[in-house]
Amino acid sequence: MGANTKHGDLYGLLIEFESPSLLMAAVEKVRDEGFKKWDVHTPFPVHGMDDAMGIRGTNLPFLVLGGGLTGLGLATLMQWWMNAVDYKFVISGKPLFGLPAAVPVMFELTVLFSAFAAFFGMWILNGLPKLYHPLFTNRRFRRATQDRFYIVVEAADPRFKLEETRNFLASLGGSAVEEVNESAED
Amino acid sequence: MKSSVTDLIDNTVDDPTQPQELILGGQDFTSITETVSDIVLERKTPRAWYIAFTFTAGLTGVLFLMIAWLFIKGVGVWGLNNPVGWGWAIVNFVFWVGIGHAGTLISAILFLLRQKWRTSINRFAEAMTIFAVICAGIFPGIHVGRVWVVYWLFPIPNYHHMWPNFRSPLLWDVFAVGTYATVSLLFWYMGMVPDLATLRDRAKGRIQQVVYGALALGWRGSHRHWHRYEKAYLLLAGLATPLVLSVHSVVSFDFATAQLPGWHTTIFPPYFVAGAVFSGFAMVGTLLIPARQWFGLKHIITVHHLENMNKIILATGSMVGFAYATEFFIAWYGGNPNESFAFVNRAFGPYAWAYWIMVTCNVVTPQLFWFKKVRTNIGIMWVMYIFVNIGMWFERFVITVSSLSRDFLPSSWAYYDPTMVDILTFLGSFGLFFTLVLLFIRFLPMVAMAEVKTVMPIADAHSGERRSVGDYHGDIPRHVREVPDGGGK
Repeated sequence: MGANTKHGDLYGLLIEFESPSLLMAAVEKVRDEGFKKWDVHTPFPVHGMDDAMGIRGTNLPFLVLGGGLTGLGLATLMQWWMNAVDYKFVISGKPLFGLPAAVPVMFELTVLFSAFAAFFGMWILNGLPKLYHPLFTNRRFRRATQDRFYIVVEAADPRFKLEETRNFLASLGGSAVEEVNESAED
Repeated sequence: MKSSVTDLIDNTVDDPTQPQELILGGQDFTSITETVSDIVLERKTPRAWYIAFTFTAGLTGVLFLMIAWLFIKGVGVWGLNNPVGWGWAIVNFVFWVGIGHAGTLISAILFLLRQKWRTSINRFAEAMTIFAVICAGIFPGIHVGRVWVVYWLFPIPNYHHMWPNFRSPLLWDVFAVGTYATVSLLFWYMGMVPDLATLRDRAKGRIQQVVYGALALGWRGSHRHWHRYEKAYLLLAGLATPLVLSVHSVVSFDFATAQLPGWHTTIFPPYFVAGAVFSGFAMVGTLLIPARQWFGLKHIITVHHLENMNKIILATGSMVGFAYATEFFIAWYGGNPNESFAFVNRAFGPYAWAYWIMVTCNVVTPQLFWFKKVRTNIGIMWVMYIFVNIGMWFERFVITVSSLSRDFLPSSWAYYDPTMVDILTFLGSFGLFFTLVLLFIRFLPMVAMAEVKTVMPIADAHSGERRSVGDYHGDIPRHVREVPDGGGK
């Protein structure tokens, strides 16, 4: 991997918190310190964290809009081409393509493609699935999906200096500042 | 101890000055995680589970035997006749699709309405949706008659150079139910990923670690991920809301666009949707009550949650009753003799027995939920759910069969009787449904842990000294906090 040769195998530093309110105060300090490559890991989405971390909006809604328009366009074209062009259905002298009768399928495919865009778009933007991650080598970190809260500052951050950052994190009121390595040791 | 707290505390008091706690028994993140994931990871499978599973798997076997028999012999093994060309297969299809609606209502509509109590039951209800839609999907697939050309349902290029007729509501149904099944599955799975990660991180066995690890997609609770995840969740909820309303509307078009008296009415879409939600909540309740009892979840799925569900059953049940009355009024007011005959025939003709079972179960029974004693009594409400399940099956039976059996031409009238194959196929579909439910409660997290954690008072990052009791509805009420540990029975 070797994301940062300066710190060898080190991925970053991790600090644990017991409650969302303790975490929140610390997160704001990390943000104000000017770190770029850092993250917060929580068992559930903590409200107000976007502002505390300074995360800007995602462009997922535009992907979903694109998906929906694709579905709508495809459904319209498909119904028109199949029933009015390629295989003409003559029923009681009615027009070969009538918009009202096409609406249900147009609606369903709009929803279907939007949902695909929301689901797959979210995973792709998040860089998942990714079954291995350096953080998984840390035993303590297993509680990130259960009942503990973590701040992780990556060694790849330009402001990262092992001793200084360690002391800074230790001053945030959490417990157990730990080093996380890129590769598993055991 | 957990059950003693839930026995002691009544969180169903309707007092706005005394906000009710959703999760009882002084729980924290650790105890919620343990309670839910230990059911899957730690607890030995109860003997009762094996017994139930053997039974339901056997019933599923009956379903597949009946389907095989149908394929070998043709639809003549069913009780269909002329004019009743749509029998139990359609009745069962509409019944099962309707059941599914409660899950989507809980997961999507109640999410948009910010009903926090949904978090305790949404996973379970969504799972039930998927299993019900699987059961529903079987029936249109097998009732087509010439099962070897079942792919004609879909716009698949074929050597006949034919395309399906997109002006047919039956084809709209294929798209509506197909989209519904797909979106429900995506929504359910996405909601489960953080909990699967919890199971991965708690699992001790190698197989569990690998399987849950793969299913969790490498989820690590990153807030940068949560940020997009929550946006996607909101978008999916917004998409699923009109979708669920459209599905039973399209199902009702199968009937409403036909010329047949008793089917040809514009009230069908809203009436079907209300009925679907009504029946779905009854089925969720039927399954939840034993599950919370057996797996020690009474402090997470509290009487407060069940009471809220009962209020929705009361509301939708009243809508269904109102729709029955409206149909009769319009049949009289519209002045069409065929239409008024169809409705008089429904209530007093050869299928009067089915009609009055339907009215008793769907209109009379839910009205008892006006009484708080009934809404909060576990035993009574469970019996009521069973009544509603029965009533809603009969509603579909009455609509489908009574209208067909006596249409415009008296010389073609005929009475419809199901055969043993019809009955066993229907029972078999229950076998499949319950088999899937049993597998779900054994191998997947039954309660959405991550979502339940968000509605607990301690999840609020701005909690603590700055707030006083009563500022926020997640507060622990005074009388609850003062209960001594282990008090009560």
